[in-house]
Amino acid sequence: MSDLKRLGLHDLHVELGGKLVPFAGYEMPVQYPMGVMKEHLHTRAEAGLFDVSHMGQVILKPKAGMAALIAGFEALMPVDVASLPEGRQRYGLFTNEAGGILDDLMFANRGDHLFVVVNAGCKEADIAHMTAKLGAVAEVIAITDRALLALQGPKAEAALEALVPGVAAMKFMDVAVLASPAHGEIWVSRSGYTGEDGFEISVAEAQAESFARALLASDGVAPIGLGARDSLRLEAGLCLYGHDIDTTTSPVEAGLTWAIQKVRRTGGAREGGFPGAARILAELAEAPARKRIGLRPEGRAPMREGVTLWDAAEGGTQVGLVTSGGFGPSVEAPVAMGYLSAGYDGPLFGEVRGRRHAVARAPMPFQPTTYKR
Amino acid sequence: MKYTEEHEWLRVEGDLVVVGITGHAAEQLGDVVFVELPETGTQVAAGDEASVIESVKAASDILAPLDGEIVEVNERLTTSPGLVNDDPLGAWFFKMKIDDLSVLDGFMDEDAYNALIG
Repeated sequence: MSDLKRLGLHDLHVELGGKLVPFAGYEMPVQYPMGVMKEHLHTRAEAGLFDVSHMGQVILKPKAGMAALIAGFEALMPVDVASLPEGRQRYGLFTNEAGGILDDLMFANRGDHLFVVVNAGCKEADIAHMTAKLGAVAEVIAITDRALLALQGPKAEAALEALVPGVAAMKFMDVAVLASPAHGEIWVSRSGYTGEDGFEISVAEAQAESFARALLASDGVAPIGLGARDSLRLEAGLCLYGHDIDTTTSPVEAGLTWAIQKVRRTGGAREGGFPGAARILAELAEAPARKRIGLRPEGRAPMREGVTLWDAAEGGTQVGLVTSGGFGPSVEAPVAMGYLSAGYDGPLFGEVRGRRHAVARAPMPFQPTTYKR
Repeated sequence: MKYTEEHEWLRVEGDLVVVGITGHAAEQLGDVVFVELPETGTQVAAGDEASVIESVKAASDILAPLDGEIVEVNERLTTSPGLVNDDPLGAWFFKMKIDDLSVLDGFMDEDAYNALIG
């Protein structure tokens, strides 16, 4: 694994017994000795600490005022950037000219600049994309000297408040730059990707290990690997880039229309004007050819990525495809998501190892979220 | 008790061979959430896929270690797949009837298996 990059907290992961696997060019802990199932349940019952430093942290610093930067950023996404108040974060999507998704991301208004967090596997392409498109209005600064940690679950607030006073007052999707007496300047958002209340925390690499150790010493906080991160986000109904969404899926097909505010839709004050607007606005008006849905296999066999969905127990026609799936430890049953052809509302069967099993449509999230709104 | 390179254990019970997976295999797989068992009466050849085991991480095949007939399966694993992790030596998958029990001599004993997983 010599060509893989190591996380700043690599030695800590090894010390904690993390099993390291290659992921998005990094050696990442997939699980700790607790194991995926217990790590998942621990996060929902107490709190889990995830190292997500492989993700891209980017500052967009305006060259000539925030208005020009915001207009430029809005031109990359079907998302309302302009109305985002200072101190708030929003979910966004970079689209391509064909209306597909280049990446999904979080962006925050930090007063005199925007702070963006993008997926690890896309970060180089995203930075190149932003540099090319926003170079005239912003400096695109990749932050490479800060770790990014996620602290998720019901005990996250108390654990973090003890180290970084002020976070308890934050609401879901608030962002703040706060001082930790022992760990310097901390960039916090009250968000995450597990469906639980929690925080994502950017901390200078020099302080990251002592900060992580302090969190791990807090009541109820355990280290959690990528395995449980995946099952937690799956139960929360959240998309994984490269699996549930990619350059061929539009935001409308992916069921991410909640991320496309009215102001950017047909009839809105700033309608269109983003890559792929023709397709995306047409799909909003007329419904797309396929749609991402939640699935609950009726048996106990998990239906994983790649399982084909059919309209009959034998023969028949393929009507869809599973893009993420597995066992949901909190749901205590298999859960999945995938794409289903528009207009088909009959029974569904997923083909696992050559045999068809009944699968029901199900609303997402599969597990109720606990965001602090 | 005998062991295969596929991390299965084999135990003789009368004229039958009982098949399960080792604690090492269970640990590598992680939490088992689903077990698909063969049908009794099935004739299998060594190396045939005889069961499927799914953990939170992935699906794996359990191969028939020998030629023979599946005569009994452990239905408890269907409803309580976690038994494979909790008690791997007790959580047998299926029992096979084979022609000649002496073929078991060709499999690893416990010391050899422990050396393999080192």
